[in-house]
Amino acid sequence: MDSTILLILLQDGAVNGAIYALLALSLVLVFAVTRVIYVAQGEFVAYGALTYAALDGGQLPGSVWLLCGLGVAAFIAGLWQGRGQTDAGLLLRLGLETVLLPGAVALLAIWLAPLKPGMLVEVALTLAIVTPMSPLLYRIAFQPLADAPVLVLLIAAVALHLALTGLGLVFFGPEGFRAPAFSEAILTVGPLTIPGQALWIGGLTLALMVALFGFFGRTLTGKALRATAVNRLGARLVGIPTERAGLIAFALAGFIGALSGVLIVPLTTVYYDSGFMIGLRGFTAAIIGGLGSYPGAVLAAVLVGVAESFSSFWASAFKEVIVFTAIIPVLLWRSLRHGSTEEEE
Amino acid sequence: MIPSRFVSLWPLPALLAALLVPWLPGMPAFWVTLANYTGISAIVAIGLVVLTGIGGMTSFGQATILGLGAYTTAVLSKYYDVSPWLGLPAGLVVTAAGAALLGAITVRLSGHYLALGTIAWSVGLYYTFANLDLLGRNDGIPGIPPLSILDVKLLDGRASFSVIWIGVILAALATNNLLDSRAGRAIRALRGGSVAAASFGVDTPRARLLAFVYAALLAGSAGWLYAHMQRSVNPTPFGFYPSIQYLLMTVIGGAAHVPGALLGAILVTTVNDRLQDILPRLFGARGNYETIVFGMLLIAVLQWAPNGLWPLIARVRPRRRPIRPDAARLPLRTMPPAGSALLEVSGLRRSFGGLVAVNDVDFGLAAGEIVGLIGPNGAGKSTTFNLVTGVDTPNAGRVRFQGRDITGLPARGIAEAGIARTFQHVKLVPTMSVIENVAIGAHLRGHASAIAGLLRLDRAEDARLYAEAARQLVRVGLAEAADRPATALPLGQQRIVEIARALCLDPVLLLLDEPAAGLRHHEKAELAALLRRLRAEGVSILLVEHDMEFVMGLVDRLVVMDFGTKLAEGPAEQVRQDPRVIEAYLGSVA
Repeated sequence: MDSTILLILLQDGAVNGAIYALLALSLVLVFAVTRVIYVAQGEFVAYGALTYAALDGGQLPGSVWLLCGLGVAAFIAGLWQGRGQTDAGLLLRLGLETVLLPGAVALLAIWLAPLKPGMLVEVALTLAIVTPMSPLLYRIAFQPLADAPVLVLLIAAVALHLALTGLGLVFFGPEGFRAPAFSEAILTVGPLTIPGQALWIGGLTLALMVALFGFFGRTLTGKALRATAVNRLGARLVGIPTERAGLIAFALAGFIGALSGVLIVPLTTVYYDSGFMIGLRGFTAAIIGGLGSYPGAVLAAVLVGVAESFSSFWASAFKEVIVFTAIIPVLLWRSLRHGSTEEEE
Repeated sequence: MIPSRFVSLWPLPALLAALLVPWLPGMPAFWVTLANYTGISAIVAIGLVVLTGIGGMTSFGQATILGLGAYTTAVLSKYYDVSPWLGLPAGLVVTAAGAALLGAITVRLSGHYLALGTIAWSVGLYYTFANLDLLGRNDGIPGIPPLSILDVKLLDGRASFSVIWIGVILAALATNNLLDSRAGRAIRALRGGSVAAASFGVDTPRARLLAFVYAALLAGSAGWLYAHMQRSVNPTPFGFYPSIQYLLMTVIGGAAHVPGALLGAILVTTVNDRLQDILPRLFGARGNYETIVFGMLLIAVLQWAPNGLWPLIARVRPRRRPIRPDAARLPLRTMPPAGSALLEVSGLRRSFGGLVAVNDVDFGLAAGEIVGLIGPNGAGKSTTFNLVTGVDTPNAGRVRFQGRDITGLPARGIAEAGIARTFQHVKLVPTMSVIENVAIGAHLRGHASAIAGLLRLDRAEDARLYAEAARQLVRVGLAEAADRPATALPLGQQRIVEIARALCLDPVLLLLDEPAAGLRHHEKAELAALLRRLRAEGVSILLVEHDMEFVMGLVDRLVVMDFGTKLAEGPAEQVRQDPRVIEAYLGSVA
């Protein structure tokens, strides 16, 4: 292997790693705030990618109907959970967030989709369609389980992933899609040719991380989320609505998933079930980082990306095997370092 | 209710049914095939009962482990002419090795790491199956020889039925045996919190590993059955989705019950078959509708019936346990002579960041004494207690017990040294009866291995352990409650159960963490009477309390702590007059 290939592989790995880093960050965030290991996040990558691809082709994406369906389901679930409660304000808010908002987004999409409104609007519309699904799913699936053990939440998350993959097939069909790059420009640095899309990915990842940093460090909502992550009961006692915190964390995860999907669909063909494998890499990174450390997760994500690009060069058939078994030595190391941990139920 | 001796005879009619049912005239071949898949699934699901329902861990890779067993026997019997029967032990060795490796590195971490590890390995192994030339890549291995008995090949689905359902019966029997044995109680004790289990000498990582490997072995044997029934293997049924289906069976049926696994396997296999038939007709061919249904179903069950369907159908209660009072007594420790130094704590120190919770504390306890460690809230009593019991490690200082340095020993080592404890927040296993909980206390006094438990070779020893548990229940006056679910008792009695469990260790020293907290007046009086009686029988007791009234009439000596330091030590009456103690409790008289 010469240095050019080495550089290309590193560059490839770093670009993929940036996406995994975003996913890993949101996984860590969701886990910290809600204790849910959000296995289903990968589906948002696929949904984002396929929604963007459909809009790019002037089609109305099937996810619009999925969004409306989830909204109605969440509305019913919300009424059921809040039965016996007569607070008009809460009911209004529920209706607003589960029925009116998805409905408005759907109408907007129906109006805009055939007009081919251009990349920027299409990206924004994609995010507007896909992001709200995540908090809706939180309402339906996780809110009633808020006090369940981590393991039960994990099983629920895996079940959700199963259902969402099936729904993905229904609403997007079995065909794979690809979308044009954000920019066809190519930057040449020494022996490296960096495509514009890679720069977009790197730039947006960095921007998003800075934004998240600011959000958690400077805003009251961000601080409330951090407080919930440290101690749910304590947060509740000082008046932080922890369910709200869960909704926000899930919304962020949905947003990041959808954005990752939009970013990668110009690089690779995305199918309805591609999200899981992409999400699983973010996941691997989050676990390697210990499910608690944001910088750890980002660093691990870049490593996973690089490991992936090198293993696909040397042993492409075993790419997945290598990437996922990488988790095992890390778990071993953690196990030796931490010793036993107590988990009370 | 059906008498238990009839209930325990269920394997016989079940065995008969397994041999005869498929040959009933008019039995559609389709149902036999479905029943075969159900049986294979049931074996996997029974393993998950031990792992998930009872051990509180889970695996998203059981189908992949099944694949390990299936591929092992497929390769050996097809390419190396090994008898299909030998494929079973070979497959079990491979699955046990794989599970032990993954288990060993994750059982020390929080439960969800094991689960996550299994997702990673499930995906990794799936791609290994699909890419190895030896395993036929995506096409798999066709033409696997069937099982045969005396040169008669078991080609008929009905013959497979008999083999598979005998396997299900064996799996259920073995699992019941395991759960009823010393090793099984260790797995069940994990549910009461690992600190509690470790405090009675249970090697908790090992108990977790045992549960994981056991579940893997059942999945591996199911794989062996699958390979020789199906007579071909390919990667598809060994991936992540089939793994979730096994988990679904266990959760739907009732994760903590063996019959629940059977129920779940029947429901999911049948419903899956029907759905694959009906849904495409309703909605068109485009879609994996059954995955949507199963995903939503699993979430609904977790939300509405978290214990599964079995407890809703059957009344699940701990079974009555006959006690053999004639069982030989377990060997007893030689107790130190009364008055000899038992526990010596010197210069004990523990700080959390800048806060010194325990600051150079010294005290001692002699054999046959009751010593009370008291102090207002935040005095450092509980931290001291944790340091002595091995739950926490001191920054400095020594704890000597019977002249031996036990500083920094883990909870299990402390138990081995002969110190038994109770918990301020009662830690009993809710799914076990009182006597089963108490028997956990005798864990270190038994030696039967898991294999002995599986094969019922441990009965004599187990009878002795239970006889000892019964004896301790009589000693504390709770003999009638032996077969009730532990958490059905009032709090005061639960604390007494904890004391009986501690006594089962045959302890030299009994450590009680706020035994009177939350008790009513008469319960406190009964507890004090019990402790006096135990002292008269030669038990030494250290108790942490802040209930002065309870402690005053009971203890021989008091150690008073405040803000992490020892204020006073001495006979109760003398300590009570100490102005510093009065100040600590009542505030200074300005």
